[in-house]
Amino acid sequence: MEAASVPATRTVPAGQRVRELVGRYGLIVLLLALPAIFAVHDIVVDGSLSRFGNNLVDGISNGSIWALVAIGYTLVYGIVELINFAHGEVFMIGSFTAAGFFGVLGLTEGTSLALLLLGILVTLIVAMLVSGMLNTMIERVGYRPLRSAPKLAPLITAVGFSFILQNVGLLWKGGSQEGIPDLINAQKELVTVGGVEITNGDLLAIVVTIPLLLVMTAFIGRSRLGKAMRATAQDPEAARLMGINVDTTISLTFLIGGMLAGAAGLIYALYQTTIWYFQGFTAGLVAFTAAVMGGIGNLQGAVLGGFIIGFIQQLSDNRIKPEWTPVLVFAYLILIMVFKPSGLLGEQTREAG
Amino acid sequence: MTTTGAQEATKERGATARRRLGEGLPPWVERIAVPIVFFVFAALFPFLFSTGSSFIEDCTLALAYTVMALGLNIIVGMAGLLDLGYVAFFAIGAYTIGWLGSGFFSQVNNEEGWHIAVGGFAASLPGIHVNFLLVLVAAIIFTTIAGMLIGLPTLRLRGDYIAIVTLAFGEIIGRIAVNADELKLSSTPIIGGALENTFGADQRLTAGRQGITPVDKVDLPLVDPFTSLNLRQWYWLALALVALVLFVNFRLRDSRLGRAWIALREDEVAAVSMGVPAVKTKLLAYGTGAAFGGMSGAFLGSFNNTVNADQFQFYFSILILGMVILGGLGSIWGVVIGAIALTFINFWLLPDVLNDLPQKVGLDFDATQINFGIYGFLLVIMMIMRPQGLLPERRRKMELTEGAETSDETLYTARA
Repeated sequence: MEAASVPATRTVPAGQRVRELVGRYGLIVLLLALPAIFAVHDIVVDGSLSRFGNNLVDGISNGSIWALVAIGYTLVYGIVELINFAHGEVFMIGSFTAAGFFGVLGLTEGTSLALLLLGILVTLIVAMLVSGMLNTMIERVGYRPLRSAPKLAPLITAVGFSFILQNVGLLWKGGSQEGIPDLINAQKELVTVGGVEITNGDLLAIVVTIPLLLVMTAFIGRSRLGKAMRATAQDPEAARLMGINVDTTISLTFLIGGMLAGAAGLIYALYQTTIWYFQGFTAGLVAFTAAVMGGIGNLQGAVLGGFIIGFIQQLSDNRIKPEWTPVLVFAYLILIMVFKPSGLLGEQTREAG
Repeated sequence: MTTTGAQEATKERGATARRRLGEGLPPWVERIAVPIVFFVFAALFPFLFSTGSSFIEDCTLALAYTVMALGLNIIVGMAGLLDLGYVAFFAIGAYTIGWLGSGFFSQVNNEEGWHIAVGGFAASLPGIHVNFLLVLVAAIIFTTIAGMLIGLPTLRLRGDYIAIVTLAFGEIIGRIAVNADELKLSSTPIIGGALENTFGADQRLTAGRQGITPVDKVDLPLVDPFTSLNLRQWYWLALALVALVLFVNFRLRDSRLGRAWIALREDEVAAVSMGVPAVKTKLLAYGTGAAFGGMSGAFLGSFNNTVNADQFQFYFSILILGMVILGGLGSIWGVVIGAIALTFINFWLLPDVLNDLPQKVGLDFDATQINFGIYGFLLVIMMIMRPQGLLPERRRKMELTEGAETSDETLYTARA
């Protein structure tokens, strides 16, 4: 065995070996190049990695919002192969609901900690329910009648719903950015570890996101309904023949996706302390990019993509120029697609398989 | 079932299919009668309105968008490559005329300007001024190259991964258009010095959100230079572009290349194993589709009299894609109808008709507030009522109706 393989490796021409190496490690090198440059820069200029560490922490908190929204895209895509353009707007409505409900509960910066936490928890549930139900309703009205239609038809109804929801947001809060009370004092530093500040906002993002992600993974991986979802994603016809109610399963997928978007909306509102009707558009674009980056249809991929994009955005906002951030994010996406055509943790979708 | 029985059944099905198609458009109607009626009516139509009528302006926009929709139809409808970044080609086409037909590069040639085959007023202005027909050719060349470059990284991708990569390119080009007003040509690495000598030290790449304005009016040989007062000329030029693009579209669709596009769309593996060169065919689809977008972009740059980075948003790609899908993917006349319908909803029905409605019925309500929502509502309603598009492609219609019949054949082809 070994004797046979040794001459074989010797005869491989140099050009092909280079190509193999580029194929295997090129992506990793490219992905790490930008952070590495900044890390080295920090060590040389500042003498410590604290600025880099701060970027990383902020990136992860921002990224967790994108991750939650991206999961909605990835779940829906996995099951009905539709880019749900209205998803960003569902996230926006989640934010608006959260902001409105804070007002209803009468929460202000002065509310005591226990009441505040309780209020945020209640608001989280409300925002999740509203967004989840909204997403399910959109599926029922806009996508289900088109299930046997040409593949791109629901894409246009999705765009239509996205416009309708943006208009709802515009009528609700007006055309300009609206500030909301900074309930959790998001920028206040909580602890400093080796020069890296962890703020209240970072803590909130992590505390809400991680449990949700764990519950979600367990639900899809372990429960009966999760199994039904995976079966439907693999082959709706076969799933139907096996006695799975495909319509209910698809509705459930939209419900879960919408609920996660609602949770992301709440975090966004508390973390950024401004909301506006157009926030969903940008978030939708970024989250969709995250989902594709990780490999659309793959939950872990969506989370990874969200964190990567959050980090790139922080690096670019902080060190290059915020105006050029989208260019950098999309350039990263194209690079990843060139090297790994099915995303970082790509899963074989029905279409690819 | 005996062999003869099966053959008869096939024959029977073929006959019903033919009869059903007879109710649709037979080839000669589609090729000759419809175009003649359409173009005679369209050419005479502006005489019903005054030369400066805003309705003619809307019609001109509709025709320019038709050209773009027909271009996107080649990429998405015929070749089946979902492109969400079509705005990139609009941007490149518009900047072609912005750069080659305006006073934007004011320092060129000691502030005297370069003039290539232009007459009249523009010949005395600083900046680069090139004849519109040459600009059109340049726009076609630039966008074709850009289309193929954008196509390259998508070749290994499947399905909706193509969509996101094209979207990414569209966003990148749109963002560069917005931000490049801070990029000085003189600070380009390596060739910066040469660029500084030619364009001056302070020349930027684009004018960002301020826009490059004014842009040269179209100046064609043998006719008076276009003005913003007489919109009929613009309308007729746009109509001529539509005619040209329609002709190219029909010829392409029935050509070897067009059939290769459709074969790739229907089943890539089968097409490739039959000898269709996938790379070349796909790149030609991107290139051709992009060229039409560039043509229309150059025209719109001159017509709007500004090349403004705010025009190149993701929303625009979706508008054009909406025209293609609403009209009927792959159906050439369907796309024309879809483009005209969506343009009029956007630029005439919503702003001109609907906004006055509440006042006319005596309601104190500002309809401009809900324009966007109504547009979305119309999109949803139209798609649910006609999911296959307003005028579906004949081939797709056959597939859709065949799928409804139960036969041994459909059991095997159900997956497709």
